Amino acid sequence: MRAVTKRRTWLYFIPYGLWLALFVVAPVALIIYQSFFDLGHHFTLGNYSTYFQSATYLKMTLNSVWYAFLITLFTGLISYPTAYFLHQLKHRQFWLLLVILPTWINILLKAYAFIGIFSQAGLANQFLTFIGIGPQQILFTNASFIFVATYIQIPFMILPIYNSIDDLNPAFVNASRDLGASNWQTFRRVIFPLTLPGVKAGVQAVFIPSLSLFMLTRLIGGNKVITLGTAIEEHFLTTMNWGMGSTIGVILIVAMIIVMTLTGDKKPKGGAPR
Amino acid sequence: MKRLLSLIIGLLAVCGLLAYTSQSLEKSSGSTGSKVLNLYNWGDYIDPNLLTKFQRETGYHVNVETFDSNEAMYTKINQGGTHYDLAVPSEYMVSKMKRAHLLQPLDKSRLTGWGNFDQQFLNQSFDRGNRYSMPYFWGTLGIVYNDKMVKASEVQHWDDLWSPKFRDKIMLIDSARDIMGMSLVTLHKSMNTTDPQTLLAAEKRLNTLAPNVKAVVADEIKMYMIQDEAPLAVDWSGEAAEMLAGNSHLHYVVPREGSNLWFDNLVIPKTAQHYNAIYAFLNFMSEPKNAAQNAEYIGYATPNKKAKALLPKSVRDDQEFYPDQKTVDHLQVYRDLAPNIVELYNDRYLEFKMHH
Repeated sequence: MRAVTKRRTWLYFIPYGLWLALFVVAPVALIIYQSFFDLGHHFTLGNYSTYFQSATYLKMTLNSVWYAFLITLFTGLISYPTAYFLHQLKHRQFWLLLVILPTWINILLKAYAFIGIFSQAGLANQFLTFIGIGPQQILFTNASFIFVATYIQIPFMILPIYNSIDDLNPAFVNASRDLGASNWQTFRRVIFPLTLPGVKAGVQAVFIPSLSLFMLTRLIGGNKVITLGTAIEEHFLTTMNWGMGSTIGVILIVAMIIVMTLTGDKKPKGGAPR
Repeated sequence: MKRLLSLIIGLLAVCGLLAYTSQSLEKSSGSTGSKVLNLYNWGDYIDPNLLTKFQRETGYHVNVETFDSNEAMYTKINQGGTHYDLAVPSEYMVSKMKRAHLLQPLDKSRLTGWGNFDQQFLNQSFDRGNRYSMPYFWGTLGIVYNDKMVKASEVQHWDDLWSPKFRDKIMLIDSARDIMGMSLVTLHKSMNTTDPQTLLAAEKRLNTLAPNVKAVVADEIKMYMIQDEAPLAVDWSGEAAEMLAGNSHLHYVVPREGSNLWFDNLVIPKTAQHYNAIYAFLNFMSEPKNAAQNAEYIGYATPNKKAKALLPKSVRDDQEFYPDQKTVDHLQVYRDLAPNIVELYNDRYLEFKMHH
């Protein structure tokens, strides 16, 4: 009887297993494989040594990490209070829907919309002119790049935080207040630690894609912000040096693994005891 | 559960209906079967009315698929599984495809319009004797300026862009070869140089331009220039033609001291199948009337001499897009460089982008 159930369970795994093998394992393996070949299709470790000896690539990596960090930081600063506030509202599902809504719109369209808003004759500058400051150069600045990237990432941070706040048992908060903790203490000692998994999930969902943003760096940043994504695009589309492009890809994957480990749960939390 | 099921059935029914309709539409327009031609072209790079006319005259239906970069097209044809009869690579890509044995030679005996072409656009270094390619359009790299903010006399040469009065005013097209090439021209070097030291010097020269560079962008340049976002841009003549059509204050200059001369060409990839249709199309497109109509629609310069004669005088004599002989003599065609040199251009260019 037990053996049968076990076999059944294995059967259920097949679609997911296939998906995993075809669309996760195989592409990653291909990227790693390609990263060991030079332009002449000879096996080499040269791509990696080029990467680690090139001031350009290292600076670019630093840039990517720095901007991804800033984007994640700002996203977090905005998302946590928002998620907390949303949770107190009456029609939360409706408000939550409004938060999710922009994610249904293609990122390119959103970028073009911001071009319209930020351009010389755009809404933002009309407003600045109206209040007497006069038109400013908003597009193609680091600030506008971070602004738009943050705007795009916010829903992906709000959702996990909202869910973890939702999971928080209000009894803990009440207990903390009953025992004489101030609001700040309750937040610091009870609410925040218990919602930390949501924050971590949000950081993963935001930091990792931010590392390799490249359309925004050109459209909004005017290529004044150069990240690893820009280099990968160039290697695949212009120089056709897939080896070097893959090498940078591998570096990004490693960076992601590091982020996942740092923000991952060390001990299992929540869920039914097994 | 019931609602979910009816939703799924509804969706499937709609999909089925759409599939049926599109298939019957395709059948009525004859895109299946043997009377077809598969054209692999840049986006919006042929007058659609010509395709209808071609079908009316010859009965061949043209299926157009589009690409947005030479490299993307190369990769797709190289990997196989496609059935393109004609493709439209730029000059350096013609050499690259030729070397990779991806092209079939043209059968000149089946081409009727060869005499219509201007000799100076034939027999170029990328395809001596035009064994594989028929020129489609040609153009240049130049400066677009807005006469509301910049005087014509201020931007006649590449060096003018370095002027301190253009601080944060210039938009560059995001293309390593073109921007490095521009820098090389100001250093009086060949745009096809393979010398690493020269390329390093070109990057240094570009770095001094950085304070004047407002942004390095791609297609969006057109929109920005039309909206007066920047007074100056470095871009290709074809893109410039579209900008000029959208904003009457914009003008285009090809610096006399030299610039790039580029060609887009019709070639027959190895994957071709419909030879009668291919030659019917090549002959159709080299007819002066059709080539002229296409040139008017696209706004690029036609290499077809007889077609040019049919264009309105204002277009024909337009110094911006049909520059005088002296300027043309100084233009340089990009040669297909070895991959490691292409890499070098891109690395230097990337460092310039990091710098600014």
